[in-house]
Amino acid sequence: MRFRFEVLVSLKDALLDPQGKAVQGALPRLGWSNVSEVRVGKHIALTVEADDETAATAQVQEMATRFLSNPVIEDFQVLEVEPAS
Amino acid sequence: MTEWKPRIGVVTFPGSLDDRDALRAATLMGGEPQTLWHGDADLGGVDAVILPGGFSYGDYLRTGAIARFATVMDAVGAFAEDGGPVLGICNGFQILCEAGLLPGALIRNRTLSFVCRWVNIRAERGLQTIAAGDVLPVPIKHGEGQFVASEAELDRIERDGLVAFRYCSPGGVVDDAFNPNGAARGIAGVRNDSGNVLGLMPHPEHAVDPDLGPTGGQSVFGWLFDAARARAASYA
Repeated sequence: MRFRFEVLVSLKDALLDPQGKAVQGALPRLGWSNVSEVRVGKHIALTVEADDETAATAQVQEMATRFLSNPVIEDFQVLEVEPAS
Repeated sequence: MTEWKPRIGVVTFPGSLDDRDALRAATLMGGEPQTLWHGDADLGGVDAVILPGGFSYGDYLRTGAIARFATVMDAVGAFAEDGGPVLGICNGFQILCEAGLLPGALIRNRTLSFVCRWVNIRAERGLQTIAAGDVLPVPIKHGEGQFVASEAELDRIERDGLVAFRYCSPGGVVDDAFNPNGAARGIAGVRNDSGNVLGLMPHPEHAVDPDLGPTGGQSVFGWLFDAARARAASYA
């Protein structure tokens, strides 16, 4: 079976996010001066072929831990979207 | 008897840029250069390894994140584990951090801009040819050179004496004014616990030829060569 996932990767809250800071700095120039705590992360979408949902989820968790994110600087979240057709 | 020349292997990854300069610097410093390829399964018996600067795999995902899984990195990891001297420069430093061979990580510069200029770095502890307190003029050129780690990890790195270099003034004063990328505690380079793996953002390979400017990089190569010599002697 094929399962569709999204992995969201973000810099740890304790780290200053230079990209988020730059985006936030630009917003008031466009008239939005009420925005704070902007963080820029990564969104990785992928499809996994596996026997069942548990196996697919476990594999994506491991991929996210070992490769898709760096635990020294980043947190991640795995979202299963829907079984892929 | 001819003088022993350390064989210095320089790994080329897809997107490496400074491999040629590293090979040239190794030659200028009296070593025997040896090209290595990211797909190599062994290191061909070299005495030391350099992971050069550049943008391996386009810096996709994270700097060094894909290169650390290159075939050659298994051999580099085993070599480092066995006490073999490994020097990571710029992207090579990022790869070593991703591989877990060095602590911390490198993220985008505080300023968001790519920095390309000469800086000074202060040696924080003696490394064979480099005395603690030595100030080395060396160039930097990177967009993602901000060294970071958790506060607890930074404390451990400091406590265990793993900080190799900090950005400083020409006179050796460490201050945020001389920090080009926002690196935590001004850290420009770190070593591993056993002291045989060293990584730094500045480029020592661009600072070895007196005809081309300051030669702050010479003592970094001196460290690598001495470590290679000591290891070869222990096997003799």
